[in-house]
Amino acid sequence: MRRAYFKNNWIAALVVAPQLLIIFVFFYWPSSQALYWAFTLEQPWGGGNEWVWFENFAYLLSDDRYWQSVRVSTVYALATTALAMGMALILALFADRQLRGYKSFRIGLIWPYAVAAPAIGLAFRFIFNPSAGVASYLNYAFPDFWDPIMNGSHAMTMVIIAGAWKQVSYSFIFFLAGLQSIPRSLTEAAAMDGARPMRRMMDIQLPLLTPTFFFLLVINITDSFTDSFGIVDTMTSGGPARATNLMVYKIYEDGFRGLDYSGAAAQSIILMILVISLTFIQFRYVERRVHYT
Amino acid sequence: MIERTPWLNLVTHAILFTGLFILVVPIYLVIVAASQTLPDVMAIPAKLLPGDQLLVNIRAAWEEAAFGTKFTNTMILPTGVVVGKIVIAALTAFGIVFFNHRLRMPIFWMVFITLMLPLEVRIVPTYAVAANALSPFQTILDVTGFSWLINAVSGIEVALEWNLLNSYTGLIMPLVATATGTFLYRQFFLTIPDELVEAAKMDGAGPLRFLWDILIPLSRTNMAALATIMFVVGWNQYLWPLLIITDPSYGVAAVELSRLVPNMNTTGGDIPNWHWAMAGTLIVMLPPVAVVIFMQRWFVRGLINTDK
Amino acid sequence: MADISIRDVRKSYGKDEVIHGVNLDIQTGEFVVILGPSGCGKSTLLRMIAGLEDITSGEITIAEKVVNHLEPRERGCAMVFQNYALYPHMTVADNIGYALKVAGMPTAERIEKVKQVASSVGLTEFLDRRPGVLSGGQRQRVAMARAIIREPEVFLFDEPLSNLDAKLRVQMRHEIRRIHNRVKATSVFVTHDQHEGMTLADRMVIMNKGTIDQVGTPEEVYNAPATTYVAGFIGSPAMNFLPGRVLASHAAVVLEEGSSLPIPSQAAQTMDGKLVQIGARPEALSLCRPGSGTLTATFEFYEELGSEGLHHLKIEDVQFSVLSENKMRLDEGTQIGVTIPQEALHIFDADTGRRIEISDPIHAIETA
Repeated sequence: MRRAYFKNNWIAALVVAPQLLIIFVFFYWPSSQALYWAFTLEQPWGGGNEWVWFENFAYLLSDDRYWQSVRVSTVYALATTALAMGMALILALFADRQLRGYKSFRIGLIWPYAVAAPAIGLAFRFIFNPSAGVASYLNYAFPDFWDPIMNGSHAMTMVIIAGAWKQVSYSFIFFLAGLQSIPRSLTEAAAMDGARPMRRMMDIQLPLLTPTFFFLLVINITDSFTDSFGIVDTMTSGGPARATNLMVYKIYEDGFRGLDYSGAAAQSIILMILVISLTFIQFRYVERRVHYT
Repeated sequence: MIERTPWLNLVTHAILFTGLFILVVPIYLVIVAASQTLPDVMAIPAKLLPGDQLLVNIRAAWEEAAFGTKFTNTMILPTGVVVGKIVIAALTAFGIVFFNHRLRMPIFWMVFITLMLPLEVRIVPTYAVAANALSPFQTILDVTGFSWLINAVSGIEVALEWNLLNSYTGLIMPLVATATGTFLYRQFFLTIPDELVEAAKMDGAGPLRFLWDILIPLSRTNMAALATIMFVVGWNQYLWPLLIITDPSYGVAAVELSRLVPNMNTTGGDIPNWHWAMAGTLIVMLPPVAVVIFMQRWFVRGLINTDK
Repeated sequence: MADISIRDVRKSYGKDEVIHGVNLDIQTGEFVVILGPSGCGKSTLLRMIAGLEDITSGEITIAEKVVNHLEPRERGCAMVFQNYALYPHMTVADNIGYALKVAGMPTAERIEKVKQVASSVGLTEFLDRRPGVLSGGQRQRVAMARAIIREPEVFLFDEPLSNLDAKLRVQMRHEIRRIHNRVKATSVFVTHDQHEGMTLADRMVIMNKGTIDQVGTPEEVYNAPATTYVAGFIGSPAMNFLPGRVLASHAAVVLEEGSSLPIPSQAAQTMDGKLVQIGARPEALSLCRPGSGTLTATFEFYEELGSEGLHHLKIEDVQFSVLSENKMRLDEGTQIGVTIPQEALHIFDADTGRRIEISDPIHAIETA
């Protein structure tokens, strides 16, 4: 614990003030506004908001379109997380062997992190476009084989692949760091015990990677629920027939296109609760359960 | 360790090459398309080798999307975000690590909780705030009756207004609050030995002097790490600029990019100018990727330290 | 130049009181060493003088001025820290000159002064380097220079030598004393190393669990320790202790199993029946044939110290050692006699641990 402090608390107040002001105005105030809107309905001819308790939520939960968006979001979150983490884990395990060319592989696997979501969206939209490039050739050979513009599950697949591509690097960086923080003496001890590299991967490295794994699991799921806007907006705009209408995108659509503030706010609150519970799990549960040292 | 594993080494290289291939191929296809003419792009079977139109297409995309001004804006945004975040993170962390007051932990938690409130989930009300950044204070004055009081006493109608839509301030300010940056700085400040603080005190340095003379120079590595990540984050902002910027002269490249290809649902059969769009994609991609590659060390360190 | 006066100073962390009412006067120009084991409160006391810790109650004055509420920079003290606390990003020159820079001294004048001080501690050729590339001893010098350059009225040292290896430690010790003799500033030096204390101090302050056990010159503290604690702490090898009861009729202290140790009869009269601890330094004793000495002991093992040998014995199950030039090696369990001259005896009250003066010319020195 620190024992040397400065005493002028007014300076402390001064230095924390900017951040506190900004988070008050742009985080806490809007969040409380969302809460307020979620429980009220705007009067059609002005005259303030009427308090309606859970009516907005009730309406939402009885709306098939909302449930569809929840379903689509869940599929998207699970699929991108599984794809990205699976690929990242395998790559990290083998990259960690640090054979020749390790550094080039590492940088080659890291850079996609820096690509902007709309750029990824556009690139994949082009690559999977049924009438241009590679996919068009497939369609030429097998007519109607691939059409994400009309076919919902094709569109979903395309969005998931783009989303997973975007996430691989992040997980890879963390898995690799996790592997490299495993003390060398442990693998050496296992080698002395006669374990070969693959065996060591299974018996030593994978188990010790559990904390990193759960950390990434929560982060990836949270990210795919919240950070998927750019991809959906540039690739499908939620279509076709709302097949890729993820929760964030629906909030945006309802709020800014439909001008349904109360509905959008209620959805925001639900998403907020989701994110908060995931973070909570991350800190309360996961961090405590799976730590070896 | 002496270990002969020729087969496993082969497998290792094969797997890594496959991984690399999967990550690189999409971008390769983008480069190919960006270097061809539109008919070549649409040709069946697809032409998988780059053409010679790259510079032509890039120029076309540059002009089509008016990237000239957009790039200035796109530079202003991440620069502002990077500088703002570093300053704010360092100051806040300084205030909660080097002073012993009762609000240290509450402030820490208040900053921490913002992690759970990403822009996407509070998007509509945040937009409303951006339309008038003083509205929270106005509402508080109204609700508590102060507006009425002030009006009654002085006859002044309290109407606070500060519209941030279509402005750099609006673009940047909501993004400079930073929980991760504050953690990174807090983490670093906690490693500063007590004796250094005390030595500075004995040397007669006050808190601000200590911050400026000792902490800031010592945190240069930290700063580089944070700056790299935040530059990428700032450059890649999409949703926020999409919302609050309607005036094209404030537009940023990431948003303009999506306008190069008409919306899928509305245009149906039209053939988009894919060759230009892909050239634009390259332009938008390049700066942050370059930063990550050149600042790899700082970037990885910063990323791992902020989130763990 | 300034004297320091500490009046009934206490320090608590919450409910924990770690300094229990300390009184101490330090004269101008004096070199005072505060000695004690870790956790005795010696560093806390020093840091209170420096202004780095709040004073819970009591008063500290420096040069007749109460400094309780003054900030460190207003007290005119310079401090050398245990881990040196050098600013890692500044060159040696900047480190040394930082206090002057903060104080607003013009650059040219500052640089001149830094050079001057650096040469006085042999750092001239290192001025452009960073602390990271210096050796432990060189860092130590930088820390010293940083203190010297301010020409402070008071020098404070917080275990400044404890991170150095043995040889360097002795060398730096001499250097510190040399510097003190030159600048003659009031110095307070905290350490847990008794050799450092003995060699550096004009006066020593022995602290134990938040109180001062004894204040005195090194000779006083060695010759007439005020408590069993001081007696055990000062001197190497450590003093022997034998518990027993005074019997006036025998003019002796009788140990548990009946061995008896003669003491002056006058002293025995005044404390008849009292439980005491008898202290005797190993270097004041000698070995002799069994039965012929003051007490009989059982030989345990022998420790070679070069010029002398340390004989580890047992007297009635109590560990006992004798330092002697006689390097005879005996078998374990051999009986041997120990000669304990009366003037070598220190008698302490077994309940309070405080020294009991016996009227003997050698012990006539007043203890504090």
